[in-house]
Amino acid sequence: MDPALIARSQMALSLAFHIVFASVGIAMPVMMVLAELRWLRTGDRVSLDLAHRWAKGTAVMFAIGAVSGTVLSFELGLLFPGFMRLAGPLIGLPFSLEGFAFFIEAIFLGIYLYGWKRITPRLHVFSGVVVALSGLASAVFVTFVNAWMNAPRGFTVKLGVLNNIDPLGAFQSPFAFHEIVHGSLAAYAATGLAVAGIHARALLLGRAPEFHRRALSIALWVALPACLLQPVIGHLAGQRIAEHQPAKLAALEQLQHTQTRAPLTVGPFEIPGALSFMAFNDVDARVIGLQDFAAADRPPALVRPAFLLMVSIGTLLAGFAGLIAWQSLRGKRPWQNRRVLWAILVMAPLGFVALEAGWIVTEVGRQPWVVYGVIRTASAVTPAVGLGIRLAIFSTIYVVLAVTVFAVLRRHVRATFHATLKDLVP
Amino acid sequence: MSFQLPEIAAAVALVALMVYALTGGADFGAGIWDRLATGPRKQAQRLRIESAIAPIWETNHVWLIFVVVVLFSAFPRAFAAIGIALYLPLSLVLLGIVLRGSGFIFRQYGHGSQRDHRLWGHVFGWASVLTPFFLGTALAAVTGGRIRVSSDDRVVAPVAAWFGLFPIAVGLFVVTAFAFLAAVYLCVEVGDDTALREDFRRRALLSGLLLGIVSIVVRIAAAQTNTVFAERLFGWHFPALVLQGSVALLAMTALGALWRGHFRAARAFAVAQIAAVVTGWGISQYPFVIAPDLALTQAAAPAATLKVILIGMALGSVILVPSLVWMFRVFKRD
Repeated sequence: MDPALIARSQMALSLAFHIVFASVGIAMPVMMVLAELRWLRTGDRVSLDLAHRWAKGTAVMFAIGAVSGTVLSFELGLLFPGFMRLAGPLIGLPFSLEGFAFFIEAIFLGIYLYGWKRITPRLHVFSGVVVALSGLASAVFVTFVNAWMNAPRGFTVKLGVLNNIDPLGAFQSPFAFHEIVHGSLAAYAATGLAVAGIHARALLLGRAPEFHRRALSIALWVALPACLLQPVIGHLAGQRIAEHQPAKLAALEQLQHTQTRAPLTVGPFEIPGALSFMAFNDVDARVIGLQDFAAADRPPALVRPAFLLMVSIGTLLAGFAGLIAWQSLRGKRPWQNRRVLWAILVMAPLGFVALEAGWIVTEVGRQPWVVYGVIRTASAVTPAVGLGIRLAIFSTIYVVLAVTVFAVLRRHVRATFHATLKDLVP
Repeated sequence: MSFQLPEIAAAVALVALMVYALTGGADFGAGIWDRLATGPRKQAQRLRIESAIAPIWETNHVWLIFVVVVLFSAFPRAFAAIGIALYLPLSLVLLGIVLRGSGFIFRQYGHGSQRDHRLWGHVFGWASVLTPFFLGTALAAVTGGRIRVSSDDRVVAPVAAWFGLFPIAVGLFVVTAFAFLAAVYLCVEVGDDTALREDFRRRALLSGLLLGIVSIVVRIAAAQTNTVFAERLFGWHFPALVLQGSVALLAMTALGALWRGHFRAARAFAVAQIAAVVTGWGISQYPFVIAPDLALTQAAAPAATLKVILIGMALGSVILVPSLVWMFRVFKRD
């Protein structure tokens, strides 16, 4: 097999694995803090208990996220040394700042998880707030790097060497805003929905309703606003792609021939001019087709199904979020209707499915470039041998870890009903 | 001024590596003692080790990521060359890091059967032994002079670069040093539990003596591998003698303090000892990132990048340092 493809598969595996844990690390702290704040405000023990339970699950997810993130930082050099040699000076600053944010997150999560009895409640909740903020900050910084890879700025190219390097270039990418917002919202939506699904199931089974209602309510408050906003940012992302990555747009739509008044294909229907309008706010705009790109410059066709999956789920979730919001305005709570609980349960994994699909759209859609238009992935790949064996080993281990995490969390959720508060709170 | 920027960036990386050895290294060391737990207080030893590292190991681990980030943003050519030359040992280090962390967290939070618990304990322990070993062999390879980098960044590295007598000796040295640090820290952290403290004191003395023996092996192996490095670090001249003398003196003082039961003093001297070793290694490397082909200035990113990164780090430290201090005060105030 082609070493570049193996290296890409390895990187894809590492990222696809890590992104789940990283997202949970961004969103769970917000929920823990909301629960704990409620306890501080009202003295409601159920909320405190909830913060404890969520904290334990977060501890497991964060640890796996930390180690899988370490793998990524090394793999940049192990798999794509040519990329790091050229791009290191440009993405060094956001990565350094991400390092600091991760440092702060780890410190305060340690304090949050193990400091219940060692610091005052106010300092404790403060630590939780710091974890939530630094988790978001590290996502922001690392997404700056990805935005730069998609729409690089801050250098000139001469004979394959990057010159006149502006080390702040990574912050000037036109992709930064939408990627950061879209990615962070995805983390809140996916994690919130997954957690809501767990508690919806408990409510359907009739277990500890007071506890699970509180949990469901907080999880939905985190997930649903993100679900509602996501299509808006997604549309903005599409327009930026149309402007800066025409090959990616053509691949997402599988538009073969360049045309004005390009149609949007929705299932069996073709809406004339809709693609031109969506991409450029003008039904007569010209959209470049795949045939106008050299075969070597076209992204893999995989991006089309990934894109459709993401958009379909995103639309579904936004509609569902709107429905719940409308119901709440009429005074109806989600747990009063078993059908709503069932719907939440069914949708629980969809956020993460959409997140992975969206990530495929971004990254596979950038191919064959590692830095769009500047460095080809194949030219950055390591000359080292044994890539295939390593991929096999890491795949096996990641499968084992995923299964174990699932089993551990399942046991943790089941134990929710039994332990007493006295074990945990002074 | 700008000609000094690579040196400053290298110093930052060296300090981060040192702190990693003193904190994250000791967490690996604790894992080694977890694997080697024996005697009537076997279970108590493991529980103490778990509660000692649980709140802080992830933070301590970030120092390694920090070193990697400084390396690739400040010395991208060196990072790329290391990635190619040390693909295998660094992949093994990563495997170890993943298994150590997940083994630990699954054992701690698993709620599983006795068998699961023991299985993940094994994974945690063995990964704690092997990870520092391969990290040591990789460090030795960077020093050993057998990784060759051409001016157009073609990298040639024989397996012997990281799997010969010298790298293996350094790997053992790192494992022993981490175990020694962990045992010394644990002596302080067990507090009033005298039986348990005696367990860890014996372990600290044993690993401290072993460390002395291994360091002699490293010295002999170095002389056969990279004569420049060996001469600088171990030769009969003023700076090397001062360095060796102070490491030996600190080591003996640490062991003496352990022997007489002055655990806080022992901890301070052990920390100073390992810090001196890392410093000595760094000074002997100068001016190379990868001896003998990539000097700091050749491997360095443009001055503009170095400046911005160093400013970013200075600003970041303003938040980081007080946070770290607070964390250790919360958990290690004894």
